[in-house]
Amino acid sequence: MTANEIREAVLSILSDIAPDEDLSQLKDDVAFRDQLELDSMDFLDIVMELRKRYRIQIPEEDYPALASMTSTVEFLEPLLKDA
Amino acid sequence: MYDTIIIGAGMSGLAAGIRLAHFNQRVCILERHSVIGGLNSFYRQGGREYDVGLHAVTNYTPKGSRRGPLTRLLRQLRIRWDELALAPQVGSEIAFRDARLRFSNDPELLASEIAQSFPSQKDGFCSLVASIADYDRLGTGGFATSARAEVARHISDPLLVEMLLCPLFFYGGAREHDMDLAQFFIMFRAIYLEGLARPLAGVRLILRKLADRFKSMGGELRLRACVDRIVVKDATAEKVVLEDGTELAARRILSSAGWHETMELCGPSHEARMIGGLSFVEGICVLDAEPRRLGHDRTIVFFNDSDRFEYRNPDGLVDLRSGVVCSPNNFVYDEPLAEGMIRLTALANYDRWASLDESDYRLAKLRCYDQVVASAVRFVPDFRSAVIATDLFTPKTITRYTGRQRGAIYGSPTKRHDGRTHLDNLFICGADQGLVGIIGTLISGIAIANQYLLE
Repeated sequence: MTANEIREAVLSILSDIAPDEDLSQLKDDVAFRDQLELDSMDFLDIVMELRKRYRIQIPEEDYPALASMTSTVEFLEPLLKDA
Repeated sequence: MYDTIIIGAGMSGLAAGIRLAHFNQRVCILERHSVIGGLNSFYRQGGREYDVGLHAVTNYTPKGSRRGPLTRLLRQLRIRWDELALAPQVGSEIAFRDARLRFSNDPELLASEIAQSFPSQKDGFCSLVASIADYDRLGTGGFATSARAEVARHISDPLLVEMLLCPLFFYGGAREHDMDLAQFFIMFRAIYLEGLARPLAGVRLILRKLADRFKSMGGELRLRACVDRIVVKDATAEKVVLEDGTELAARRILSSAGWHETMELCGPSHEARMIGGLSFVEGICVLDAEPRRLGHDRTIVFFNDSDRFEYRNPDGLVDLRSGVVCSPNNFVYDEPLAEGMIRLTALANYDRWASLDESDYRLAKLRCYDQVVASAVRFVPDFRSAVIATDLFTPKTITRYTGRQRGAIYGSPTKRHDGRTHLDNLFICGADQGLVGIIGTLISGIAIANQYLLE
């Protein structure tokens, strides 16, 4: 997957988790926590969705990499390069 | 072999089921009754739909809010705000013999009512609210300490202490006279700071939404499937056996049946009997007009006829000194409900009701309905001439349909906050895990599923 495709994939997960949010205004460099008020339960869901959809495991120590869209895409690029 | 078997298709069981089915588990929910919902359910009688349990959803936050338990659970269950279509309350009241306090979903109303009726307690109330904000920020604990002591630390007028506690006890008090501090903070915020709402179609809308979501993700829901026992082998729950003899095996079992009720399923044990527990009668009055046409415009009225509010198992069948009057009509809906309705709740004694023989029981129900209504109209406009249909359920009714011991709507007085049991693959959720109310019990199901069952 390209960086752009990964971004779309993450957006799709976010729209599932927070169906009431308008994600078209999402700022890639601002933490999800601050923009969308995501809490630890929601981050668990992002991880679970990535596992469910792309069969990738993300260990707990890597959760901070999922803070914002930019850092998430960067983190996922090597993991999803063959997906 | 299921990944998880869930006992009970109430709010917490359905919420847990959704979480697990969403993440590809093979899940089966077993419900003893022919209708889902457990302690928050519904029935049809004489061509009318009645709700059991839910008066109002607490923790109301308007659409677009990103904080609070309601938002959290909608996200976890992947439900859009609009799907629940919650209509906020018109406004409620705490009505004691010598004082009344109105409150609404705007916390300022209660603060100003207190400033007016209890001017010396204004600052104390502010500091109480601030201590709740601190508690939210600092987190956990306080399960054993007393809500009464905490409120009295801020508020010196004993009448105001009683008045503030009354709605919280009625909507979530599992033990007599007092409440765990953590529970108190949660309830205070849920009712006074966030507020009350209801979907036009009542509890059935919420339940159908949950059941549809669960089934659409491949979850299996079996009605009239009453668990007779949990078979235990080597400190592990091996399978459940239904009353009809069906055996179902699962890697893990999550029970929302209640702590004591679940222990009873595991075999004889001193934990298998609930001691204490509080129950209620509820009278339902269908009216030939909207309650506001009869001069009753409050959503919920919590009443008590003396200065001291005694929240305890009554000596007689029912405690007529206090109660709750809920009008499902008095929410801000886009369209009116089909009929006027008033629901009346009062504390009741399970043992007294359970000891009556069939004919005495029926007579007692009729008498109790009249008494509860007569008690309530001391605090709300007399609506009796407008009543066209009635029903009453008792502590016995609750036990018959839900299996909950002692008709204890809020479960055991002792909570098991970690959700664990003596078996490594048996967990509990729902009222006995510690969170009550619709929102609390949904969160309980979600939290226990997330913590123990997702891997």
